[in-house]
Amino acid sequence: MIEGMTALYIFTLAAFTGYEVISRVPVILHTPLMSGSNFVHGIVLVGAMIALGNASTELEKLFGFIAVAFAAGNAVGGYFVTERMLEMFKSSGNKGEAK
Amino acid sequence: MSQDTLQQALQDHKDSLSALEQVINDSAIEVAAEPSMWQSFLSGGIEISYFVATILFILGLKRMSSPVTARGGIVWAGIGMILATVVTFGHEGMGNYFLMILAIIAGSGFAWWKARQVAMTDMPQMIALYNGLGGGAAAAISGVELLRGAEHSMIAQILAVIGALIGSIAFSGSAVAYAKLDGLMKKSIHFPRQNTINFIVFTVSIALGAIIIFQGSEVSLTLIVLFFIFALAFGILMAIPIGGADMPVVISLFNALTGLAVGFEGFVLDNAAMIIAGTVVGSAGTLLTQLMAKAMNRPISNVLFSGFGNHSDEAEDAGDIEGSMKPIESSDVAVMMAYAQQVIIIPGYGMAVAQAQHKISELTKALTERGVRVKFAIHPVAGRMPGHMNVLLAEAGVPYDMIFDLDEINEEFAQTDVALVIGANDVVNPVARTNPESPIYGMPILNADAAKNTIVIKRGKGTGFSGVENHLFYADNTRMLYGDGQAMAAELVQQVKEM
Repeated sequence: MIEGMTALYIFTLAAFTGYEVISRVPVILHTPLMSGSNFVHGIVLVGAMIALGNASTELEKLFGFIAVAFAAGNAVGGYFVTERMLEMFKSSGNKGEAK
Repeated sequence: MSQDTLQQALQDHKDSLSALEQVINDSAIEVAAEPSMWQSFLSGGIEISYFVATILFILGLKRMSSPVTARGGIVWAGIGMILATVVTFGHEGMGNYFLMILAIIAGSGFAWWKARQVAMTDMPQMIALYNGLGGGAAAAISGVELLRGAEHSMIAQILAVIGALIGSIAFSGSAVAYAKLDGLMKKSIHFPRQNTINFIVFTVSIALGAIIIFQGSEVSLTLIVLFFIFALAFGILMAIPIGGADMPVVISLFNALTGLAVGFEGFVLDNAAMIIAGTVVGSAGTLLTQLMAKAMNRPISNVLFSGFGNHSDEAEDAGDIEGSMKPIESSDVAVMMAYAQQVIIIPGYGMAVAQAQHKISELTKALTERGVRVKFAIHPVAGRMPGHMNVLLAEAGVPYDMIFDLDEINEEFAQTDVALVIGANDVVNPVARTNPESPIYGMPILNADAAKNTIVIKRGKGTGFSGVENHLFYADNTRMLYGDGQAMAAELVQQVKEM
């Protein structure tokens, strides 16, 4: 376990980082960004794999399987959806030259 | 004397025995040392990879905050994700690889198939769906960890329970949000004492969670299952009374919640990448939720605890609407626009439903060629999420220096000859300014009624998402162009070009 205070530091700094990263975002990018952040929490896949990897009983394996399948869905779906949205911005970005 | 010799011999024997033992021990250590060094090298590599992945996530999100670098941003984050996933296979002492790969293929296959076929207009519910999966995954991880029991400290146990609670709520809530936006569930559901019942269900799930924490390793399966049932039920109860118009805020909230749940599971599993990525999303999502709620002038508590649809019984006073809806032909509209100095187009979700954005884009080009100044006014909640309309217009090729936010453009309506409202309703309803009784009262709106002429393209006479009658449609300077958005836009394009 990451030590108590260290954990608190990590948590707090990460929270500020998230706040800062999004606070400068123009409204037009809110949906893609929401989708992008939705993709980023797909990192839950890593945890799901660890959980399934350490599961021993059948029930644990079932939960673990669900976790991995869901998490993979989150990551993969989140990526493609975000990418499809941002693809469009590329073309209009070249044309319109951002305001 | 002989006894001394004997003792001496015995001592020698013992010495040589212990020396032998020493040798055996040493070699044993050496045997053990080899894999442990490899193992520590490996786990060091895994840790570094997680670190790199985390940095890529944050930089990716950062890049996504500017239109120019946005596309690179998601690719960076994607590389981080692949890196983190691949190295996880190398974790010490794991099994079930077959199941793991099977689950990854099943989950990503489904998501990939869904993501490919979905239309741009349906993006919000897709985000809801994938977000729900993430929340479900976080909850399921908790399930595994709680079932395994014992191995966690008190704090980890608490975080596992909280993560499970939040993850479950995000999962079932997002599922409801998906169903509503996808049209699978049409109505907002209300029943008496709703808030009280929700509160009770929530309290029960917290109580069950607390019992699980205190039982530690001896926790019973029934209790865990019960806990999940209540948590999932709360997610559903929380989402069913919320109307479609408020859904973006709720999805954003669930997105933040999932992030938080993932962060908590990261603590449980001692995984810094999950902690940081989850928490970053948690706070970014919270901010985004606030921004959205602010744009709609509805405090989050309001969105969550008072159903939007409630007002229908409160007798919408149709009597106080003055005037009538006045129809107009497309040819007249074309003339009006072609000879205008400035036209402001106000697109709403209806435009996207009618797939009219491409025709509107053409219309914009035709008008611009005639020297008409064309601007787009985007309400913060136009479409179904902030920025959704911008995505749709971008898809149709409207350059975004023509697109303006509410604050930037609202003053300009007074100097505008024609305001063309297509598929928007609530966001131009002056009732939001005038009638404190109205459920949308206080929401900032686009002042389309201030323009010299207002044209509303509309399929029929129905009300908007909120179900509120729109007084703009009855105003003296408003004309209704009845018809399908795409067909009408096409007619306008043709007539403007012919002029």
